[in-house]
Amino acid sequence: MLDVKNLKVRVDDKEILHGITLSVKAGEVHAIMGPNGSGKSTFARALAGHPGYEVTGGQVTYKGRDLLDMDADERAREGVFMAFQYPVEIPGVNNAYFLKAALNAKRKHQGLEELDAMDFMALMKEKAKILDVDEKMLQRSVNEGFSGGEKKRNEIFHMAVLEPSLAVLDETDSGLDIDALRIVSQGVNAMRSPDRAFIVVTHYQRLLNYIVPDFVHVLSDGVLVRSGGRELALELEEKGYSWLETSGAGART
Amino acid sequence: MITSAPTWVDERRAQASAQFAKAGFPTMRQEEWRFTNVAPIAASNFPLATGAPRHAAALVAGVTVPGAVRLAIVNGQFAAGLSDLGALPKGIRIAGLRDGARDATDGLEQHLAKVFSIDAHPFAALNTAFLDDGVAIIVTGGVVVDTPVHIVVVTSGDGTPVVAHPRVLVIAGANSRVGIAQTFIGAAGDVYFNNAVTEVVVGEGAIVELYTDQRESEKAFHVANIQAHVAAKGVFASHAFSTGARIMRHDIGVGLKGEGADCTMNGVYLADGDRLMDTHTSLDHAVPHCTSHEIYKGILAGKAKAVFNGRIIVRMDAQKTDAKQTNRALLLSDEATINSNPQLEIFADDVKCTHGAAVGQLDEEAMFYLQARGLTRTEARDMLLHAFAGEVIEGLKIPALRGQIEATLFSALERDVNPSTALRAGSLS
Repeated sequence: MLDVKNLKVRVDDKEILHGITLSVKAGEVHAIMGPNGSGKSTFARALAGHPGYEVTGGQVTYKGRDLLDMDADERAREGVFMAFQYPVEIPGVNNAYFLKAALNAKRKHQGLEELDAMDFMALMKEKAKILDVDEKMLQRSVNEGFSGGEKKRNEIFHMAVLEPSLAVLDETDSGLDIDALRIVSQGVNAMRSPDRAFIVVTHYQRLLNYIVPDFVHVLSDGVLVRSGGRELALELEEKGYSWLETSGAGART
Repeated sequence: MITSAPTWVDERRAQASAQFAKAGFPTMRQEEWRFTNVAPIAASNFPLATGAPRHAAALVAGVTVPGAVRLAIVNGQFAAGLSDLGALPKGIRIAGLRDGARDATDGLEQHLAKVFSIDAHPFAALNTAFLDDGVAIIVTGGVVVDTPVHIVVVTSGDGTPVVAHPRVLVIAGANSRVGIAQTFIGAAGDVYFNNAVTEVVVGEGAIVELYTDQRESEKAFHVANIQAHVAAKGVFASHAFSTGARIMRHDIGVGLKGEGADCTMNGVYLADGDRLMDTHTSLDHAVPHCTSHEIYKGILAGKAKAVFNGRIIVRMDAQKTDAKQTNRALLLSDEATINSNPQLEIFADDVKCTHGAAVGQLDEEAMFYLQARGLTRTEARDMLLHAFAGEVIEGLKIPALRGQIEATLFSALERDVNPSTALRAGSLS
């Protein structure tokens, strides 16, 4: 589904990612772990097509197409979804209204009929129930005045409604208490399917107790220094990230 | 001219005429006109519009609000034939000023040309000098008028540049309630000068909502004075939406004259090309315990210019005043400009006055968020612009009038804001 080859990304004239290579197949869950400042979120935002993250080298192929050739909105309509680490508050834009526009933009792109208000409401209610989202949240402005936990839950709710092929979760666990973490994880797990892939970006192993990954990659200083199975996350939990400082430098060459 | 007008009308006309002859058109050397050059108006020497233009009926029909009482003013004259008073409820009287001015019982003599100072408002003086006809709306005390009143002001010389001086006077008796909208309109592409004056007298405990929908021809000059006095516990709300005219100047002034009076003064203005939108508002807190809330939002594309001057005066006696003013503008191009100037003059010491001004571009992080969920750049931008104006639109409580104003504004957004040129290429850091 996704092939990343030697991806280099620059932000503000500073290269953050120095060549990432990663292959994600449909049905897989990949976790990207790493200390603060390692480039995890840069990787997520570059995949989503943030205009401030300039790709200076490498290729990204998504479903056989050049992902880097698409603007953020086209990527989204093609099924790429990023759950934001810091969801943006947008006063005056109704959450449900926005989500309906987003879903219908995608459906139109896929040649499907747009959902009318009734069908959309039914769909929202169904998804809201699964994620224990208060229906009042749907009628408020997008993320405005939401607590940290509500924002993250709203991101997963958007994901559930938009049903992406590739979902990138950027530190979705940060700021969540244990109950919210469980609900969000249940939402994600319910969406796991043979034709959908997840990239879960996280600092902590805790999330991976709930969303069990097939692969774990460790990012340090802009390069992937280790890849392995779930046991790698447990090892990180035990040892922390400090061991990277010695092995990380060697891995970059 | 009002033939055999009562002496008091003649006197006020003569006074205004003398004042305008003395002061003339304002120039940019005057503080109140520092950023707005009205020389193109002064130089044009437009003849006074006369007669009924060809397109008047079509223009009026194009803005008809179902269920509303309709009053048409064409080239400054009350046009009974294009008006529809069928839905006029009891307790509200509508009169052409020409005829109504003879009736001493309505309070016309007491209020006409008395709600503002001709010295401070040169264009209102000019309007008064040409005072001939117009409309008076008189609401009897205690009457709640549920049917909205829609005034359609048409200016047209059938292609020939003309000037008109439309005039409206609203007198709301104690504890009455009325909602009025005024649509200023002309034929697209026509050059003309519309110089309007609207005076509103809000009685004790009365509630008056006044919506202004300025959608003149994009080549027109539009100057409007909207001036209100609010008595104790009265409520006045002005909501002005401006999408038309090459040069627009609004002077909206409200005097809070009785304790417990409340004023809302909101607006949205939108311009592209090299058009100019100048809004001068003035809130005079003359007595204690009054409240005022003001929100203006501007959207400027191309080389458009805007001026916002928000004056709040809190007189020495006006303790416990609560006044809030916000002006926000979005500049959608590098060449659009705004001069935003809050002007607080506070002479009392126990008051709450806040003001804020913010000028910026569209929030690129919000743009990215919307795009990352699948909306195109144009769709995302429209959604943010609608949301920006939405705060003011939500204040329109009369559904029939709100629908039309909202539609005008959003179609103007599509007309004026060209996605390929209006936005800066979204580079972010």
